[in-house]
Amino acid sequence: MASTTPIDSPPPTQAPPVATEKSTSTGRAGDKIFLALSRGSGILLLAIMASIAGFLAYRSAIAISADEGNFLTTFDWDPAGDPPVFGIAVLLFGTVVSSVIAMVIAVPIAVGIALFISHYAPRRLAAPLAYVVDLLAAVPSIIYGIWGALFLVPYLEGLNLWLDEFFAWTYLFEKTEVGVARSLFTVGILLAIMILPIVTSVSREVFLQVPRMNEEAALALGATRWEVIRMSVLPFGRSGVISASMLGLGRALGETMAVATVLSPSFVISFHLLNPGGGTFAQNIAAKFDEANELGRDALIASGLVLFILTLLVNGAARLIIARRKEYSGANA
Amino acid sequence: MAKRIDVSGLTAYYSAHKAIEDISMTVEPRSVTAFIGPSGCGKSTFLRTLNRMHEVTPGGRVEGKVMLDDENLYGSNVDPVAVRRTVGMVFQRPNPFPTMSIFDNVAAGLRLNGSYKKNQLADVVEKSLRGANLWNEVKDRLNKPGSGLSGGQQQRLCIARAIAVEPEVLLMDEPCSALDPISTLAIEDLIGELKERFTIVIVTHNMQQAARVSDRTAFFNLAAVGQPGRLIEIDETERIFANPSVQATEDYISGRFG
Ligand SMILES: Nc1ncnc2c1ncn2[C@@H]1O[C@H](COP(=O)(O)OP(=O)(O)OP(=O)(O)O)[C@@H](O)[C@H]1O
Ligand SMILES: [Mg+2]
Repeated sequence: MASTTPIDSPPPTQAPPVATEKSTSTGRAGDKIFLALSRGSGILLLAIMASIAGFLAYRSAIAISADEGNFLTTFDWDPAGDPPVFGIAVLLFGTVVSSVIAMVIAVPIAVGIALFISHYAPRRLAAPLAYVVDLLAAVPSIIYGIWGALFLVPYLEGLNLWLDEFFAWTYLFEKTEVGVARSLFTVGILLAIMILPIVTSVSREVFLQVPRMNEEAALALGATRWEVIRMSVLPFGRSGVISASMLGLGRALGETMAVATVLSPSFVISFHLLNPGGGTFAQNIAAKFDEANELGRDALIASGLVLFILTLLVNGAARLIIARRKEYSGANA
Repeated sequence: MAKRIDVSGLTAYYSAHKAIEDISMTVEPRSVTAFIGPSGCGKSTFLRTLNRMHEVTPGGRVEGKVMLDDENLYGSNVDPVAVRRTVGMVFQRPNPFPTMSIFDNVAAGLRLNGSYKKNQLADVVEKSLRGANLWNEVKDRLNKPGSGLSGGQQQRLCIARAIAVEPEVLLMDEPCSALDPISTLAIEDLIGELKERFTIVIVTHNMQQAARVSDRTAFFNLAAVGQPGRLIEIDETERIFANPSVQATEDYISGRFG
């Protein structure tokens, strides 16, 4: 402590004011006001964050202690019942499964489009194509929801039948319940379309930043265009693609309106992805919040907290993956 | 292995800009030819036309003929990818594949060609690293990334990568300009050894280096700013430095311009 004191507040004799009286005083005043403002807004921000976190934690605690079921494993959502019983198992399952489906579909397609735009398409075609993909991001999610419910659901019927016929042995694609395709699988496809633009445009930017000399290293060895992509572009872009995917995953995990419009919710967990039913955190909150009683709202808040933690974990994992690859990231090249 | 290069009437463009014009020269097999000349006179451009790398630059275009023994590299049915597999290149700044280990960097070209036997790969990598005078420094860390080496080591790694595929010709564009004098000497010695097996063309701004390593020297120059670069003369290195036949060459070498 004692050793830091001189740095914190140097003795006045060592820092005599050299500048003229006037400019010093206005400069000091400006500094002081700015310091107060920035410090104040920093503190305010922390206070708001803390109060949100405190509020969420407090209300969640109320809900969880009132829960007569197990909050983590109960396959039911009945906070208004007597006794109140609710759990997030189905929501966690539905959220993760639909997002994973979305990622599995969207990331390869997005990387493909990004590579096409950045490395294959002639410039005349690349710019408009990039623009169209970016436009997809501007469509409001409720429009995706309506389109999904009115167009995608009926049109996926055929695909579902086909998958059921030829891939039922995978268990995942066995359809054991009749009904329209208001399933987690459909939600996953819809989410894939919704996250495609963000994953594509971030990946494209990363691929465009591959240093020319990295690509020429491969070209000069006699690499074809695809081999250049494999040897230089993809390794350089890997961490960027991971970040892009995480941005997309973040959106998929939290997507509300589109999922709520398409899914026919039910509190079951089934790995038969084509069966209608299931639920996600965001969809469940949107569907139940209006008519929920006091405890019901607290229960929904608790589920929202779990979604928040899930998002944090996903982001942390992504950072770990990127950090582990640092040594090979090309930053040193 | 090594082949003769015979260039005739070669002109190269960047879109509408004509960078070099009407260059003709012969490069003998198993020799070192140095390109010298002021900045911007088209040495790199010309070098890159010799393995069809010029055309990967947007707008890059070439007219004329480059014969490698008796095959025209710009013939209508020649695959540029195949050309680059026979004419290797080392760049001004070391550019190992940053995500690959030292071993994989050297093996990269072989894996592309697909023409190796699994158990030979390690032998070829060792032989190439020895050939590039790098083996002793890296033999204990072949699985570490190539980007973790020093600049001079990285450049020798790039040379090892280029010679691993046994090219006919090795092109080097200012390979020592980013290196310290010791690494530079190491690479110059290496060039002396490599010319036993390869035809080597090297661009350099260092006159002493050209005098030390090359058998023949080509001097390039621009008539004026904005004009295309031209080959002024090419001759035995000793003659170029002692008694060149063109006044401009003598002015350049003695430091009176450029
Ligand atoms: N990518 C490019 N696009 C357009 N013009 C280029 C490009 N690269 C080089 N040029 C032009 O071509 C001419 C020759 O350039 P080049 O790089 O071949 O010169 P150089 O002799 O290698 O110079 P240096 O000694 O500085 O490396 C120059 O006028 C340069 O401006
Ligand atoms: Mg150059």
